[in-house]
Formats: sequence, C-alpha cells, structure tokens
Amino acid sequence: MASITQDTAINTGRVSRALIYLFLLLFAFYYLLPFGVMVLNSLKPLDEILSGNMIALPTSWTIEPWLKAWSTAQVGIEPTGLAPYFWNSIKIVVPAVTISTLLGAFNGYVFTKWRFKGDTILFGLMLFSCFIPFQIVLIPMARILGMTGLAGSTGGLIFVHVIYGIGFTTLYFRNYYKAIPNELVMAAQIDGAGFFQIFYRIMLPVSGPIIVVCVIWQFTNIWNDFLFGASFADFDSQPMTVALNNLVSSSTGVKEYNVHFAGAIIAALPTLLVYVIAGRYFVRGLMAGSVKG
Amino acid sequence: MTFLDIKDVSKSYGKVTVLHDINIAVDEGEFLVLVGPSGCGKSTLLNMIAGLEEITAGSMAIKGREMNGVHPSKRNIAMVFQSYALYPNMTVAENISFGLEMHGVPKAERLAAVRDVSGMLQIEPLLERKPSQLSGGQRQRVAMGRALVRNPDVFLFDEPLSNLDAKLRVDMRTEIKKLHHKLGSTIVYVTHDQIEAMTLSTRIAVMNGGHIQQLGTPKEIYDNPANMFVASFMGSPSMNIFPATIREKGSALGVEISVGLGADKKHLKLIDGGKRAKSELHNFINKDVLLGIRPEAITDPDGADRNAQIIELVENVVDVTEPAGSDTYVVSHLGGQEVVARMRADAVVKPGEGAVFALNMDRAVVFDPKTEQRID
Repeated sequence: MASITQDTAINTGRVSRALIYLFLLLFAFYYLLPFGVMVLNSLKPLDEILSGNMIALPTSWTIEPWLKAWSTAQVGIEPTGLAPYFWNSIKIVVPAVTISTLLGAFNGYVFTKWRFKGDTILFGLMLFSCFIPFQIVLIPMARILGMTGLAGSTGGLIFVHVIYGIGFTTLYFRNYYKAIPNELVMAAQIDGAGFFQIFYRIMLPVSGPIIVVCVIWQFTNIWNDFLFGASFADFDSQPMTVALNNLVSSSTGVKEYNVHFAGAIIAALPTLLVYVIAGRYFVRGLMAGSVKG
Repeated sequence: MTFLDIKDVSKSYGKVTVLHDINIAVDEGEFLVLVGPSGCGKSTLLNMIAGLEEITAGSMAIKGREMNGVHPSKRNIAMVFQSYALYPNMTVAENISFGLEMHGVPKAERLAAVRDVSGMLQIEPLLERKPSQLSGGQRQRVAMGRALVRNPDVFLFDEPLSNLDAKLRVDMRTEIKKLHHKLGSTIVYVTHDQIEAMTLSTRIAVMNGGHIQQLGTPKEIYDNPANMFVASFMGSPSMNIFPATIREKGSALGVEISVGLGADKKHLKLIDGGKRAKSELHNFINKDVLLGIRPEAITDPDGADRNAQIIELVENVVDVTEPAGSDTYVVSHLGGQEVVARMRADAVVKPGEGAVFALNMDRAVVFDPKTEQRID
C-alpha cells in the first residue's frame, strides 16, 4: 500500500524545515571552511599568499605547489618531496592493518566460541592495552625493537602498530562474534569442520561490517600516527606524518605555505578515501537470516 | 543390540549437577522424545549425545562403539537446531553439502546427495538462495536436509519446531513423522511441548530436575504416569488431581471424596475382584491419598466409555462451562479442588445448575501424597 512508508521522521512545517536546512548549511560551511582555505591556498602562487589575502580566490590558478610538495620539496635535508614517505606510510599501514585485523578476528573468535579457563581475565588485559598512553611504552618498546633488531625499520613500525592495534580489534570482533549464535559453531563441528575451518569458512565470511569498522579505525590511527614514526623510524622508513612535519619546519629558505597546504592535504587524502570507499559497507547487516527471523 | 546406550550418565558444572545417573537404551529405528520443562537438562543430554558437551560421569555408546571423548563429527550423528543454525554466507546447496565437503566426499557425489535430499524435502527451487531469503518453514526444511544428507546413525533434534507458527508446526510435525516412517532412522528429539512428544515418539522420557521421571511409550506415560509430575506435565488440559481417602467396602476398594463445595461425601468404587489382590492400595486403607483422573475420563453419562468396567455417577454443581467447539470443558469441584470434565459438545450443562458426571474409574490413578509416586 502506498500510504505505508518507512519514513518515521517527524513531520515538519515548511518554515521549520527551512530553518533546519539553514542551520545544517551553516554548520557544514563552518566545518568545511578550514579545508576550503587549505585547498584555495594550495592552488595559488606563494606571492599571492604573502601579499596577505588568504581567504580570497586565487587570481592565477596553479597546481605547482602540489607537484612540488609531492616530488621536489625540501624534506629535512633532501629535496625529495613527500612521495617516498607516502610509500613508506603505505608499506607500514597496509600490513599493520591487515595483520592486526586478522589477529583481532581470530582473538574474537577464540574469546567467544572457545571459552577457556581465565579467558575473561585475558580479555580484560587485552582491553586494558587500549587505555595505555603511547608515551609510556616508548622506552620499553625502543628496547624491544633494539633487541629484536627491528629498530629503525618498516618491520619495526608494523610490529608496534600491530601490538597497539590488537586490543581494539579484539574488542571489536569479540563483541561482534558474541552476537553470532553458538549453534552455528556447533553445527559446523558436527559437520566436521575443524577449529580453523570454522574460522575462515563460517566466521570470517559473515564479518564484513566489523572488518570494515576495524580497517577504518586502524587505517586512520596508523596513518595519522606521528609519535611512533618520529621515535622508531629511520630516514628511509619515516612515515608521511613525520615527513610533513619536516617539510613544514624546514628552516632553510622562505616558508612555502602553498606547498605546505598541498602537502597536508596529500597526507590526509588516504584516510578520506578509506572513509568514502568503505563507509558504504559500514551498515550492511550480513548476519540477516542465519537464524530465526 | 542396543543402538544408542546411555549408561549412568551425569553432568555437572562445577558443584552444580544438572543430570543425575541417566539410563536410556534406544533401539534402532526408535523415535525417543526427551520432554520436560525448561532447565530440566533435556538439551544438555542431547548435546552430550552429540558430543558438544562432555560427559562428567557414565558412558555413552552408539552401535556398541564407546563415544566418550569422540569428536562430534566422528560420531556419525546429525543435529537440527532450534535456531536452524544455517550458515548465513552459504547458499542452501552449500549449506546442505558442507558436512560432506568437510568429510572429503568428492564433488560429484555431493551434488547427487544434495539433489536426492532436496527432492525428498521439496526444496529444489531454493538451492541457490541464501538463508536470509527463506521463510521460517523453508529454513526448517534446509536444516533437516543438512541432517539427512549425512545419512547418520542417529538424528538429534533440538526443539526444531518451536520457532514456527502454530499451523506450520503441525504440518512439519507430520512431515517429521512421515520421514521417520520412510527412513526408519533412529531419532532423539528434544521438546518442551507434550503434544509433540505424544504424537511423534515411539518412546518418551519425561525429565525434570535432571532426573528421568518416567521412560515409556506414549500410552504408558499418559495412562499410567509414574508420579504426579508426569501426570500433570503430560496432557492438556492436565490431569485433575485432588484429595481422597481410601475406603474398604465389601470386597471392593474405593475412594471417598467430597463433592461440590460443601461437606457432602461420596464413595466411588475403584477396584475389586482379582485386581484388588495385586494392588498395593491395601496399605492405604483409611488413609489420605491423591486421586488423579484425566478430563476425558469425566464425562456426561451418555458420553461415558461403554467398555469401562467401573463407571461412577456423581451429581455435582457446575461452576463454569468452556465450549471448545469439539468438546465442552465443564469445571466443577471435587475433593475441594477445581476439576475439569470433558463433555460432548451437545451435552446440556449450565453454570450454577446441577449435572451428572460419569467418572471412568478404570482410568483413575492414585498417588501417595508424601512421595508423589503412583500407587499400583
């Protein structure tokens, strides 16, 4: 019937609706303003910025600052641009996100479907790792990386991020798997599936939404990490965030604000991209229909 | 040889014992129903047969093979769960063949098996669908298909019909019974619904508080309940149980009960002749007991069973009538308690007026009020 709709929003009059839109637009503008300023200034020549008008549209448009930030800008002591560091970050983030998500899924599976003595305490301890500030572990972590020979390498940074991520990813997956009926695991056991088969044939395929949540969370955190990158990376394994800092704080020559703006946007783009691509899958209920309904 | 042998099986969680010394021997082709209220341990027992829960003490054997410590997949059993537990990421066909795949059956054989089973259950058009695209009844069929395809020694059903609506439940009940006739398979079936238990089973184990209260055929359980729990749990409306006193009258033994709300006493003959000699009721002469009599054994005089040996007529005041279409339930007072009688729909009874009730004393049972056990 046409009269039945899913729309449960409160019916509003024309005036209040206009007001709602007005406020929404106002807030959208307010939040987008800084980003807009960055984009505008990354697209104008340096002398236009130095002449004092940061809000105005560029009189002559240019993508020169972007190219410079990417490939030729002075980062630290080398004129390499941000490109090599961008790839450094990718080399850290992709394995670290993959490993920590998989380990989290595995932990969540064990914590919910294979209870053992002391599991709640162990889970509590893992959860606790979410609340330890980064700064506290810097020195012990440096020792461990030194002893294992991972110090100053991409592998070392991956290791650190995986360790730090497991607490969160385990929490996510445990809570998600808790809602999956144990009968599913029992049925699989009777069907003859083993411990690992149940994991990758039954549990992982229904984990879509929570994998997306985990990936977004982990990707954003690891990509944006500055502290570990600055502390544990060598020159040739420094991530994007550290390089951006070096670019902006280079003391030689004039401050090229337009290049800095372009660099900052480049540094932020991958996380934006992850949200845009993965966000769509965020709310899909893949569990629908496994049990009664 | 006993097909499924459960011997002195107990289950404890820490200090709490949920099953006490369970003994059941199931023959091949039997349909055993475990029935009881929530928390009686029936599902736990089923899970122990499946190997999903460990046995604390005792032993379990299928086809003479000891099952303690054997993995569920190695027991050659199949289970249908209350929630169906279909794998949500797989199609119906994949769901059905998953167990075969795990047991290393070649693909061609798996396909043939899926075809056979889906034909038997009439779910061929659904094979490529995901569980989320199925109705409750269809999911139920797929879950049964997943069990059937394994061709197991024992089928285990854990309240498989409780998520279906009333009509579908009756249809599926018939279907399961047909399937059992056709395949002659051995089935252990858990339910809390006593009608399902009565209609499906060849034998029933009534459980309560971790004990088997009675194990027997549906007729034994219904007609000769071992104790008051079984008597009141099985049957709907449940058995009328009210106080009475055993009296000797000539060669016969009978009960004295109060009729209506007043102090009127009436003597009803219970047994005489040869039966009397064998009965333990001697020990209860002039003692208080509880008399149990099912609603359908209390009728209007015309509706009384013609083959009954002893019919006692009692005049009593009708409190309430509840016409149910096929029958009329008539509530009155006997032994100081409300008693439900089941009369023909066209019996003339009116609330507040008197009526004659015919009690079929052949079908009355007597319980010891102290032990709550039936007195033979």
